[in-house]
Amino acid sequence: MAVSTSAPVDLSAALVLTPTSAAEWLVVLPVAWCLAVGALLMMLRRWAILQPVIALAALAVLVLIDVALLDHVARNGPTTMVMGRWLPPFGIAFTVDLTGALFALMAAAVAFAAGIFSLADINESGRRYGFYPLLMLLMAGVSGAFLTGDIFNLYVWFEVLLISSFGLLVLGSEREQIDGTVKYGFLNLVATTLFLVATGFLYAVFGTLNMADIARKADELRAGAPLMTLVGLYVLAFGMKAAAFPVNFWLPASYHTPRVVVSALFAGLLTKVGIYALIRVTVMLFPVEREELSFVLALIGALTMMVGVLGALAQTDFRRILGYLVVSGIGSMVAGIAIGGPGGIGGAIFYALHSMLVMTGLYFASGIAMRLGADSSISTLAGLYRKHVGFAALTLMLCFAVSGLPPFSGFWPKVMLVKAALDIGAWWLAAALLLVGFFTMIATGRLFLLAYWRESTRPDAGGTTRLPAKTFGPLAALTLLALALGVYPEPLLAMIQNAAAGLAEPSAYLNSVFPAGGPQ
Amino acid sequence: MKSIIFRTVAPFLTGLMMLFSIFVLLRGHNEPGGGFIGGLIAVSALAIYGIAHGVVTVRRAIYFHPMAIAGAGLFAATVAGLVSLFARVPFMTGLWIYPSVLGVEVPLSTVMLFDTGVYLVVVGAISSIALSLEEGGGA
Amino acid sequence: METWFSLLVTLFFTVAIYLLLSKSVIRILLGVAILGNAVNLLIFTGGRLTRDVPPVIAEGADTLGGPAANALPQALILTAIVISFSFFAFLLVLAWRAYEDLATDNTDEMRVAEPVSEPAPPLGY
Repeated sequence: MAVSTSAPVDLSAALVLTPTSAAEWLVVLPVAWCLAVGALLMMLRRWAILQPVIALAALAVLVLIDVALLDHVARNGPTTMVMGRWLPPFGIAFTVDLTGALFALMAAAVAFAAGIFSLADINESGRRYGFYPLLMLLMAGVSGAFLTGDIFNLYVWFEVLLISSFGLLVLGSEREQIDGTVKYGFLNLVATTLFLVATGFLYAVFGTLNMADIARKADELRAGAPLMTLVGLYVLAFGMKAAAFPVNFWLPASYHTPRVVVSALFAGLLTKVGIYALIRVTVMLFPVEREELSFVLALIGALTMMVGVLGALAQTDFRRILGYLVVSGIGSMVAGIAIGGPGGIGGAIFYALHSMLVMTGLYFASGIAMRLGADSSISTLAGLYRKHVGFAALTLMLCFAVSGLPPFSGFWPKVMLVKAALDIGAWWLAAALLLVGFFTMIATGRLFLLAYWRESTRPDAGGTTRLPAKTFGPLAALTLLALALGVYPEPLLAMIQNAAAGLAEPSAYLNSVFPAGGPQ
Repeated sequence: MKSIIFRTVAPFLTGLMMLFSIFVLLRGHNEPGGGFIGGLIAVSALAIYGIAHGVVTVRRAIYFHPMAIAGAGLFAATVAGLVSLFARVPFMTGLWIYPSVLGVEVPLSTVMLFDTGVYLVVVGAISSIALSLEEGGGA
Repeated sequence: METWFSLLVTLFFTVAIYLLLSKSVIRILLGVAILGNAVNLLIFTGGRLTRDVPPVIAEGADTLGGPAANALPQALILTAIVISFSFFAFLLVLAWRAYEDLATDNTDEMRVAEPVSEPAPPLGY
């Protein structure tokens, strides 16, 4: 087939010629694995009994792959694999640095916990409808977004996770869900379209889509190109995905409608993908523009926190309270991005990882509470403490963690953020962070007092009950992990500091994509 | 639809369009065509058959559930990327073999497997939506 | 030629945003469809417009014979078209279901998930 010509082209500058090592395969394996298993589950849709078994095994393997990936990246620095032998910037590159690997591992762990919880939460019809294939495809999208090194590819993974999240959100097709999905669907589609608009402009300006290439070229182009407009568009698009004020209203409108395990997954993963993308674009690609936008970002962060926590105080439904708390947490992360520096960015990354754990755990708790109390409103829920002491204790720990109290995982990011805010003299931001922590304490305390501590007045309240391991287990695991990260944060803190440093000074990232200086 | 002309023509039209969609799929490597556009042609064929003879007939004719077809396509596409793991080249690298069948050299490649996967994904996903819309709209 | 195309893109965006601001779901859906096309045109224009030949390497050659159109925006647009097409199909089904189940296509009246009035929370412990 190969045609011979008089002037053969030297492709050695554009093609990968060295054999690929197994470690490089780790970079694409999370995505390829999730896609393959998800496709397999789609084919096996009639075997509803096999579905959870295969999916759980696959998620466990995904956790192991991500552990290996994190270990590799922590030892050897950022790792790149390009598709189809084309070298960047021609080929699509998957580049993993510490930030991406940390987010991917935490996402996989949360998804595994949700997989176990789903055994109790997803019934036969949910399995037939395709919960498990959608879960695997969602994980493919989430992992892809964390691992890719190409900004258009990031858009594609956003869409993959978005379309599977639509499917998960309408699973069950109750009226509330249809209503929630309409708002979620349209607003998220507009957000990703804005992302695509920004990417189109970026391509028109840079002529490249590879993130490392963009980071390299940003300095030369800064004088003559409207980079500020680009970054503004990206902040709007990712802010919408992450549910930052004033484009946060889709989240509390939809997150309380689907199955509990779906809410838990979404609260843990989806908004954090938005935050991750915001960090990647503003901190690594356009640091100068982030500096200029920092006041706006700080204002967005402070307002998001405040609106979120005040919304949580105003609600009576367990899951709607949690929806507003997710929004409030996003505010803290945006504030971290606004502050910048190792403390701010590190705090934002730590907060995002902590929020993945704790919000998923709290949604699990809401599901168990709704099952025990047969209601979801804290006006009528009561006496949960008497029903199951261990469950009440775990929920209380999660409430402390989300409010940022020691010795739980929420404490350290809060310390980092407040200290970083004070260091740059943004005392009002530090005050907002502390005030929001206090309000969160009141909101969750009110929840705990009314739903757990209050004596039930119903005659059929009954005595203690037992909880099945498939709901209690994931909740306990996530809570204990949050406790462990609060008591012994050193290894994670060290990694996060390296990750933040790698984002601020991406020379290792660039070297991984363009070994030996790259083309020209 | 009640028109007798349409009902008579529809099966032949569907068969022809199916054949044409496979032709478009296979010529897609070096010339305009490919899995996506071929898949869309196949879905239009199914849709025409559905309008003429009802959705139930189409579902029986394609035998597998549309989403299972899409799953098979996605699986084929992913496997096409993973084959390069064994050749020690990066993910999604196109690999070719030229077996000789009855004296004719037949070029086979992972690229073709990938494109067939895309074809099946499009056929499965879009026909699933089209059929459910036809069911809902007709009622 | 880029100028004319950017004016066209502006027109598309204007129409799309006007439709997106409507309260009727079906109009929003049309807005989304036009928005998708506006972005595709934007990327196409962003890749610079040329009236050159398609970037197909001739039989028996290793490189392009002369200047050719930029192929990357076309690949990006194809991806975006596929995605926006599948989203449009999904949202169309969703809008239809919403109209059937909620008996309205006015977003102001879609208050099932967030009821207008709720009982006051317990004020004392």
